[in-house]
Amino acid sequence: MQRKHYDEMHAADGAVRPHYRALADWLAATPAERVAEKRREADLLFHRVGITFAVYGDEQGAERLIPFDTIPRIIPLSEWQLLVRGLKQRVAALNRFLHDIYHGQEILKAGVIPAEQVLGNSAYQVAMLGLDLPHQVYSHIAGIDLIRHEDGNWYVLEDNLRTPSGVSYMLEDRKMMMRLFPELFEQQHVYPVEHYPALLLETLRSIGPHAMSEASVVVMTPGQYNSAYFEHAFLAQQMGVELVEGADLFVKDGYVYMRATGGRQRVDVIYRRVDDAFLDPLAFREDSLLGVPGLLSAYRAGNVSLANAIGTGVADDKSTYPYVPDMIRFYLGEEPLLANVPTWQCKRPEDFAYVSEHLAELVVKEVQGSGGYGMLIGPACTAAQVEAFRARLNANPTNYIAQPTLSLSTCPTFVERGIAPRHVDLRPFVLSGREVTLVPGGLTRVALGEGSLVVNSSQGGGTKDTWVVD
Amino acid sequence: MLSRVADRIFWMSRQMERAENMARILGVTANLVLFGASDRREENLRAPLTITGTSEGFAERHQSLTLETLIAFLALDEANPSSIYSCLRDARDNAHAVRWQITSEMWETLNATWLEVRGIRRERVIGAGATQFFDWVKERSHLFRGVTYGTIVRGEAFDFSRLGTFLERADNTARILDVKYHILLPAVEDVGGALDYYQWTALLRSVSAFETYRALYRDQIFPIKVAELLVLERRMPRSLAACFVEINHSLERIEGQHDHSVKRLAGELLARLTHSDIEEIFQAGLHEFLTGCLADFTELGNRIQRAYLGTV
Repeated sequence: MQRKHYDEMHAADGAVRPHYRALADWLAATPAERVAEKRREADLLFHRVGITFAVYGDEQGAERLIPFDTIPRIIPLSEWQLLVRGLKQRVAALNRFLHDIYHGQEILKAGVIPAEQVLGNSAYQVAMLGLDLPHQVYSHIAGIDLIRHEDGNWYVLEDNLRTPSGVSYMLEDRKMMMRLFPELFEQQHVYPVEHYPALLLETLRSIGPHAMSEASVVVMTPGQYNSAYFEHAFLAQQMGVELVEGADLFVKDGYVYMRATGGRQRVDVIYRRVDDAFLDPLAFREDSLLGVPGLLSAYRAGNVSLANAIGTGVADDKSTYPYVPDMIRFYLGEEPLLANVPTWQCKRPEDFAYVSEHLAELVVKEVQGSGGYGMLIGPACTAAQVEAFRARLNANPTNYIAQPTLSLSTCPTFVERGIAPRHVDLRPFVLSGREVTLVPGGLTRVALGEGSLVVNSSQGGGTKDTWVVD
Repeated sequence: MLSRVADRIFWMSRQMERAENMARILGVTANLVLFGASDRREENLRAPLTITGTSEGFAERHQSLTLETLIAFLALDEANPSSIYSCLRDARDNAHAVRWQITSEMWETLNATWLEVRGIRRERVIGAGATQFFDWVKERSHLFRGVTYGTIVRGEAFDFSRLGTFLERADNTARILDVKYHILLPAVEDVGGALDYYQWTALLRSVSAFETYRALYRDQIFPIKVAELLVLERRMPRSLAACFVEINHSLERIEGQHDHSVKRLAGELLARLTHSDIEEIFQAGLHEFLTGCLADFTELGNRIQRAYLGTV
């Protein structure tokens, strides 16, 4: 699979791009042995701190370390500012969409999106109908996955509006880089990201149900065996709020309380990292042990706020994704600043025909899949693998969308034999409450295998520090 | 503080203390069995099972009671919930669940202990290897307590950790004394009589009290003074009285809503251990006194669970 990629560090003629020059000089001047030593130090530190994640299917949820690469991914400020405008625009439209489909449903009436597509979606929550949320925000924490194509332009790969994870790596990677290579931060001004937890707390407080008093915020986790438990605990600690599990909370007289040694304590805002289906066994899955009985009724009574809101999944579903540019036009009357990747929806006969014909060239994803599970990357697969996938596709075309195999840009990365280009994507985190904010940076994921395009941590991806520089 | 978190911290510390006490009991037992009088061999082997209430569990898994089977069962048996192995595992699991509410040093201490005990093979824990192993467990427990004391913020996490440690320790000291006293001195009349010096020394050593006895009494070893030291002497850090000084300190700092019955019982126990006279205790029966204390410790544990830790 040889093709031309956009390289973040080097222009087509091999010259170092201006925003990478300081780093290139430093790399050239620093003995390889010193860098290697620092990388070992980083591994050791990450292990000791315990920044690990559990992999589904591993025995007893064994913990693994996400590989960390010490060469940062650098974005010039001017480019970042364009991204910020595009991201804010996109998230604003998505929040408007969510408010609309649970209220007047104007976008469905206007025929911009087929109604059955939205109302028949399994992530659509009837329980949210007519419920008014503070600032009309649904996805308070949104992770938008971006890639840079070979044409040098950015594209949105997918929106994560439910419980996007990875922000702890953004913060820990930065901390690690500053610890290992302080001289790099003296040489140039890297915009800070360390205030993310403070911004997150401010965002969460701003959506409290009682305008008068300061909201009491908690982080709710499914528990220590969840793959992102580290992040839940990390964010709670960084914000200085309690990390609770479902069993720590109870609902009484329409309010939510936590069980504490000193008696019950009121909870106003729950940053929940538990899926909708498990939130309240009385309202959703009754077999859920992770939830809080009666939580939905307290939520509907307006006595507690949830971040993110219930029912946001309908907006980040891969079947909704193709309509986001139209949403932006419909709600904001603006042209999208960030482009979508062209997408074929296999439920459409003509799209399905095209996908069937070009299967070996395309990336095919399950509409409701996530984490890189259940997807086909045509060009990277053998004929037999493609045919095996075709059988699944034919059995249920509605369940799939397809996109061209995008050439994710590359960034120099330490590999076994020195430094080599590896494919990267970028997930900035957009916070929406009373205001919409984001820190300058995000999570850069890198596919460590040569030629690999799968950046998911569960599939052997690593992370890099992401710098926005002047 | 969340009840669940307090519960985990309380049990984390209890389990570590329990592992240490088990190591102490087994260490002194191994000594007595190997070097002590042979006519007491059987009694000495049985004592650890009696002290920890695991006689039935042992009988289910082993046919003959030897030092090897005893150590196999109480030190490294994964299926025995009272074994050192299980205690270290449970302490580590509890710490894992709250590793963000404790310090990283505390977590690392328990995690490293667990990783190490997992790699220890049964064959190594015999003879001199057994003594080494028990010393190692004690050291890890000392380390954990020291790390806790030296790193954690003074707040409820600290208080519940101390509460767990000292309630467990009081319970263990009372059990060891009760069982050993019974073996060594079946009849009250013998109180002033001839002594198996070696056995009494071993009892004192099992709770690190031998040097303390010498320092405080500057005298021969008399059973009644041994009992006084382990029950009433506040200066002896493993005595019941010393444990209840600590327990009451911790409880004073913990603010609960419906915890009057906890604080009252802890206060009553402290008063009993402060104002009792060892002669009187003996007149009424040491065994009866200790049995009463043990029942109250259990009740105190239950009340703590109900008042603070969210379990009924």
